[in-house]
Amino acid sequence: MRKRRVWALLGLFVLVLAACGDDDEGGGGTTGATGGGGDGDITIGVSWNNYNEERWAKWDEPAIKEGIGTCGAEYISADAGSSAEQQLSDVENLISQGADALLILAQDTEAVVPAVQSALEQGIPVVAYDRLIEDPGALYVSFDNVEVGRLQAQAVFEQVPEGNYVFIKGNAADPNADFLRTGQQEVLQEALDSGAIVNVGESYTDNWDPAVAQTNMEQFLTENNNDVQAVVASNDGTASGVVAALEAQGLAGEVAVSGQDGDLAALNRVALGTQTVSVWKDARLLGVAAGEAACQLAEGTALEEIPDTLIFTTPVNSYDMTSILLTPQAITKDNLDVVVDAGWISTDELCQGVPAGTVEVCG
Amino acid sequence: MAETDISTTSRVPDARPERPSEQRSVRDLLRSAEIDGRLAGMLVALAIIWIVFQIATPNHTFLTPRNLWNLSVQTSVVAIMATGMVLIIVERHIDLSVGAVMALVGMIMGAFQSDFLPETLGFDHPLTWAITLALGLVLGAAIGAFQGVIVAYVGVPAFIVTLGGLLVWRGLAWRVASGQTIAPMDSNFRLLGGGADGSIGGMWSWVVGIAACLGIVALQLTKRRQRARYGFRLRPVWAEIALGVVACGTVLGAIWFLNRYYLPAGIVEARGLPPGTNVSQGLAIPVLIALGVAVVMTFIATRRRFGRYVYAIGGNPEAAELAGIRTKMTVVKTFSLMGLLVGLAAAVQIARLNAAVSSLGTNMELNVIAAAVIGGTSFTGGVGTIAGAVLGAVVMQSLVSGMVLMGVEAPLQDVVVGVVLVIAVTLDTVVRRRATG
Repeated sequence: MRKRRVWALLGLFVLVLAACGDDDEGGGGTTGATGGGGDGDITIGVSWNNYNEERWAKWDEPAIKEGIGTCGAEYISADAGSSAEQQLSDVENLISQGADALLILAQDTEAVVPAVQSALEQGIPVVAYDRLIEDPGALYVSFDNVEVGRLQAQAVFEQVPEGNYVFIKGNAADPNADFLRTGQQEVLQEALDSGAIVNVGESYTDNWDPAVAQTNMEQFLTENNNDVQAVVASNDGTASGVVAALEAQGLAGEVAVSGQDGDLAALNRVALGTQTVSVWKDARLLGVAAGEAACQLAEGTALEEIPDTLIFTTPVNSYDMTSILLTPQAITKDNLDVVVDAGWISTDELCQGVPAGTVEVCG
Repeated sequence: MAETDISTTSRVPDARPERPSEQRSVRDLLRSAEIDGRLAGMLVALAIIWIVFQIATPNHTFLTPRNLWNLSVQTSVVAIMATGMVLIIVERHIDLSVGAVMALVGMIMGAFQSDFLPETLGFDHPLTWAITLALGLVLGAAIGAFQGVIVAYVGVPAFIVTLGGLLVWRGLAWRVASGQTIAPMDSNFRLLGGGADGSIGGMWSWVVGIAACLGIVALQLTKRRQRARYGFRLRPVWAEIALGVVACGTVLGAIWFLNRYYLPAGIVEARGLPPGTNVSQGLAIPVLIALGVAVVMTFIATRRRFGRYVYAIGGNPEAAELAGIRTKMTVVKTFSLMGLLVGLAAAVQIARLNAAVSSLGTNMELNVIAAAVIGGTSFTGGVGTIAGAVLGAVVMQSLVSGMVLMGVEAPLQDVVVGVVLVIAVTLDTVVRRRATG
């Protein structure tokens, strides 16, 4: 009884796959990578984990399309709607639709591995997009999160070379939180050892929740009787909580605060001077780099021969993964023109409430 | 087991005194003074927690005016919502959606005042805050009523309805601004969140304190007169006076202590006062809101027909129905009231953060339910007080604030709060079983 149901499901699954395959064949007219249809034969499949988030449609997808344009490839995609199980079948789906290379934004870095391995066994190269997939056969393309941490600490350290530091870290369950903290520590280690700067408070932030960051910051200020000169906050959300806590003490603008993501509200704070730096990861660079790499892989370039790669050792299994790690950019008061020129933020949004003559971009 | 109880050991065996003038044990003393034993127990527990933290924090900063002022503000959001949650749980229901509703209402209020109102009314219009707040309250009440109707009239368990709500409202909250942060808030609206400007100053804090004191005495007198009129047993005069003195003393002492938290140097400078001036911040507006809510909710729960119905339904739903209470309508009203309070809490939260984020109120439902439960609200229905829930919220926030001061990492904080929650309910269950059995 139970077995029969499984077979029925499998049958249905095959039918669905077949149907999808048909669709694609109608357009592309090929049945395999070697099919002789002339130019534009390559198809790149993208598996989104949750396309519902603003960023993917607005920034990443157009950039990926631009990247795969270098080899004139066709773009197909599937959205797993935040379901790790759905993503497994999405990957199968994309393969049967004739994808010659896959870009996967993993919902779950572990659960997606079987699908990746099955793709690799079928000779279809895989790019782990933005999020790590622990499989040495895949190409990992992301921003260097340790570098983000370094940039945050550097910008703050330049402004406050000695004094009391507070560290507002990310969610304890998110590996990125510790990558960031590692980078911050690297930069500040020497000054911490020499006693020039002192760590007077350090805390994870549940779910990166700004309200939690605010409460924690209030407590650190209380504990140190406001004797805090710098706050290394791990993203712009937590930075907003920190700045709110500082404002209540009349300290906003006097204490250096870091962040990342290039949130519009955070860039406004940078212009106002209440936040020192927001490390910006331009998703468009990431999309283009990943798209180009996928093209080369689909054309048969070996993983090792992709240009600009380096070896990244994964945190869980210590695999050596071929990776493209892009360098993020620190946005401070001095280079706000970068985000404006890039069309990331309008001057109206950036300069809301900024007094004239204080920031160049705002006039 | 029962023999280890303090009151039993201090009591002469088989000679339970009946006359109130001859008490020996603490429990009898409390009973004759008609003090709520559970509430008194919680106050003692809270005092112990505070003293332990005062000793354990590296710079002994816990019992400073500044930290207790912080604590009062940090507690207010959960406290506001916990007062509503008590009534929901008393009715044998649950609301898991409060955090998500908070996010949705918060995002809409944020977008409304930063995008919509400036275009129609102009930037920083004096009415912006009031219109925004009204919108939030109405929206919260409407969402609550909607869920309440499904629970009461369709008969879907509240757990399921609000679990679905948790997902739906959180998802819609994301939709409002596609996950973006909305900031900053209107300058008047921000006062709802406290801070240096959102506090009423030392003088007005005294006014509030003295008014509260007079209120307590007036309440005692009316209660006594009422009881005398109906021939009920009266509290001994000494107990009445002692209670009044203690309550008044606590209120005024708290005001005196909090008033010693002065404006930070940065703010003093910004206001153009001479450096080193000591200006009391006074009670923060969110704290006043929370206290006001607690008083009004206590009044509703104990003095209004609606409140009595809620407890009647919780005690025995069938009996309440048969007694002619419109139970379904009462349930809808309760959920709607909860939603209204969530709207209010959302306003305080985004004002305090000076930003509306779609992750607002993540896990807040758990904190609110925990506060109500630590405060003695029982899941079996019919039992729970507003004051207890507010105290429960204070206990929870004290633990978190104290542990941050001590440098305890977040995951370990969760462990401690979880353990305390279970211990509190265990104690409560044991005590109650002994009292009834």
